[in-house]
Amino acid sequence: MSFKDIELNMGPQHPSTHGVLRLKVSVDNELVLKIEPVVGYLHRGMEKLWESLTYAQVVPMTDRLDYIAAVSNNLAYVLAVEKLMGLEVPKRAQYIRVILAEIQRLASHLAWVGFMANDIGAVSVLLFGFEDREDFLDILETYAGGRLTVHGLRVGGVPYDLDDALIVRIRKSLDELPKKIKDIETLLTKNRIWRHRTEGIGLISAAEAIEHGLTGPALRASGVAWDIRKDIPYSSYEDFDFDVPVLHGGDVYDRYLVRLEEIRQSTGIIRQALDKLPAGEIMAKVPRILKIPAGEVFHSIEAPKGELGFYVRSNGTDKPERVKMKSPSFINLQSLPLMCRGNLFSDIVGILGSLDIVLGEIDK
Amino acid sequence: MPDVEIDRPDLEKVREALVERFGAVILETSYAHKELSFRVRKEDLLAVLGFLKTDQGFNALNDMIGLDRGRDPGQSPGVQFRGTRPEIQTTGEWRAEGSSLDHPAPLGEGRKRFSVLYQLYRFPGFQRVRVVVDLGEGEAVDSIVPLYRSADWAEREIFDMFGIPFAGHQDLRRIYMSDEFVGHPLRKDFPLEGNEECLSKI
Amino acid sequence: MTNTGFVFDVLIPVGKIVAVILYPLLMTIVMIWLERRVVALMQKRLGPNRVGFQGILQPFADAFKLFLKEDIMQDQADPLLFKVAPVMVMFSSLLAFCFVPLGEPIRIGTYRLTLWIAQSPVGLLLVLGLSSISVFGVIFGGWASNSKYPLMGALRSVVQILSYEIPIGLTALSVVFFARSIDLVEIVNHQSRAKIWFGFMLPVSFVVFWISAIAETNRAPFDLPEAESELVAGYHTEYSGMKFAFFYIAEYAHMVLVSSLVVLMFFGGWLAPFPNVPALAFLKVIPGFFWYLIKIMFFLYLYVWIRATLPRYRFDELIRLAWKWLIPLSLVNFLVAALLWYIL
Repeated sequence: MSFKDIELNMGPQHPSTHGVLRLKVSVDNELVLKIEPVVGYLHRGMEKLWESLTYAQVVPMTDRLDYIAAVSNNLAYVLAVEKLMGLEVPKRAQYIRVILAEIQRLASHLAWVGFMANDIGAVSVLLFGFEDREDFLDILETYAGGRLTVHGLRVGGVPYDLDDALIVRIRKSLDELPKKIKDIETLLTKNRIWRHRTEGIGLISAAEAIEHGLTGPALRASGVAWDIRKDIPYSSYEDFDFDVPVLHGGDVYDRYLVRLEEIRQSTGIIRQALDKLPAGEIMAKVPRILKIPAGEVFHSIEAPKGELGFYVRSNGTDKPERVKMKSPSFINLQSLPLMCRGNLFSDIVGILGSLDIVLGEIDK
Repeated sequence: MPDVEIDRPDLEKVREALVERFGAVILETSYAHKELSFRVRKEDLLAVLGFLKTDQGFNALNDMIGLDRGRDPGQSPGVQFRGTRPEIQTTGEWRAEGSSLDHPAPLGEGRKRFSVLYQLYRFPGFQRVRVVVDLGEGEAVDSIVPLYRSADWAEREIFDMFGIPFAGHQDLRRIYMSDEFVGHPLRKDFPLEGNEECLSKI
Repeated sequence: MTNTGFVFDVLIPVGKIVAVILYPLLMTIVMIWLERRVVALMQKRLGPNRVGFQGILQPFADAFKLFLKEDIMQDQADPLLFKVAPVMVMFSSLLAFCFVPLGEPIRIGTYRLTLWIAQSPVGLLLVLGLSSISVFGVIFGGWASNSKYPLMGALRSVVQILSYEIPIGLTALSVVFFARSIDLVEIVNHQSRAKIWFGFMLPVSFVVFWISAIAETNRAPFDLPEAESELVAGYHTEYSGMKFAFFYIAEYAHMVLVSSLVVLMFFGGWLAPFPNVPALAFLKVIPGFFWYLIKIMFFLYLYVWIRATLPRYRFDELIRLAWKWLIPLSLVNFLVAALLWYIL
């Protein structure tokens, strides 16, 4: 019996589709002929809702977009609004924002390595990744009160200051992190089975990647040195000295290595920010009822998943006229069919895992 | 064309090249918050974007944004699209409730109801440029998928949310709402709580 | 006289049959608990530890739950094959145990109680053959479910089992060559006489046999046919309730069977270790049956340890491993071992 041109459905409920994603896959005896992602199962009408909320009320709602890395969404939105207002945020607040964003990047990548390893079969790494993430979620909880939907930033600055106890905790967690990463790496990086499952799989070239609008670690693993933190720095990222890992293989294994290296670089950034933390205000003078004169602006940041941007258009009232979110996963997912060509059915979960998508930000 | 002050030399070069090539096709240039944006007619869209991509090196499409300026109250609701094929189908009056209509912006001097914004990015070079196209009710604009592959789903999203059809798009279906849905949620006259179709499915 | 005749000819064999049927089931229960607890502890969590002391009654709770579950069979399933499949798999695993010795004979007075149901001069061959009947069960299950995912899983499973039967056979052949017998009891006795276990004499055989055994039993890292993240649950997707329990138990029983074979063939079965060292002669006080159990438990633990650690092989890699590596290796190994035997 042959499986020629059979259409299989990795349905919205599936252990490995990272949310409610439906994949319509046509296979020929294991070889993937055509794959079509179907999204929209998590559509909550966020953009419509934001048009009826004030600028400050939108901030906690942005947590729910990429729910694995909530502070990144907050950061992108508040930076866009502040750009529209022409507001200058105090230096201390900017540094604290960098610390929070990089902590969130660590947490997001640790969760990602867990998901990805679990899909390929190394079930213990899921637990290791999530346990290592706990430290950072606890820090965010101590800071802002939320572990997953953090709401750690406000328009104009940050709500709370970093006191010494919290700084000591952050440093301690950063000191313990390299050993934990090493444990995960020992299980995966040189493991023959892992390399078989990830090397040469899901290839995409640099030109194709730019053409398809791919951003984030997946793009950098294809050889394109594009990182908004370096190219169009925001929130004082130009003050910090860090490398952007770029590899040239364009396969799943390189994306894995790029993200691991980003974890290490993030720890360096957080340490520099803690060392150089300037004194000062943590919040700029922002009126309670925020009315922004008419205008439009687009601002994006380098979120853990790619380039996350917000287009904000105001009309002089206290509610935005239009807020559009540019979500990296929405665009990255479109290159899934390209990456899956020539691969087997069993590779789909690996490739999907390496893209690191979150349905919350795809479906808004 | 009114002279716009641009304080970034790299963007100034882009504007000069564009004006030199297209002249009056560029209806309006605006520069605010260090962002450059051009308004063009929809017929010239592909030419302008093609020039920006091949000549000026804007090789990536960051995002496509749809805008609805709202209709003046009293106007007919216009065209709504149903299902997977953009058949033009008019429907009855909607309940005009919801805060989207608290401040219906007047359309003003011949501006049309909808706009589609194309946000382009240049790598390397790290600049952004925006191209704006105004559209009326039911007017279609050319699909830019041949130029930028990532426009595929972005155009489907704008079609789904605003009802703007894209001519030449291979597979223009709704992406978020279900295929049989009637209405376009991000239009200003679509109520926040949903229409009868949404509520009947609860 | 008739009483003793009755005891010897009827009661004891029936008792042995009951014991040999209960033995894998009991080991399965222990395995279920062991697996969940050990994998959990390796993943920095606790695992089931509420039901009974340290969670030891958890498998009973699971069995009870499965017993109460609704037994669903779809309309499009083939009724006969659907019902026969789990029985077939269970049957083959349990039947093979008839020829597996559990320890050395025990003396009770003048009677020598043998800890096996039957001893056959071709015991090993029978065990391997009987355990292969489970392939039918897998195919029946996937086919009778009449649904895409189970069928794909069943086909993959069958190819995997058949491919890995060959290295198992070849490495067993090397052991048989040295022991001059296919009888399992004789193989152990030979190790006792030679004062060295085949695991140390033929390490390559052991490693190849062990890897193939893991693939035979569809366990990680060779568990692609039933990986949850890919094909839902493979050939037993459509099964629920007791039928699913049968598949589940049969998998563990097969694991116990294969571990028993490894211990018997390569690690001296019920022999105590270090027979040459007079200082450790007290080890012989522990009866052979317990040594046997300890060794089997070690290999079952090894199964669980490997599952918690390694990622999964993709299917084509799996088959390539068997045909390109293990089969040639086991052939070469056999030749080398035979040559060495003649030379030395």
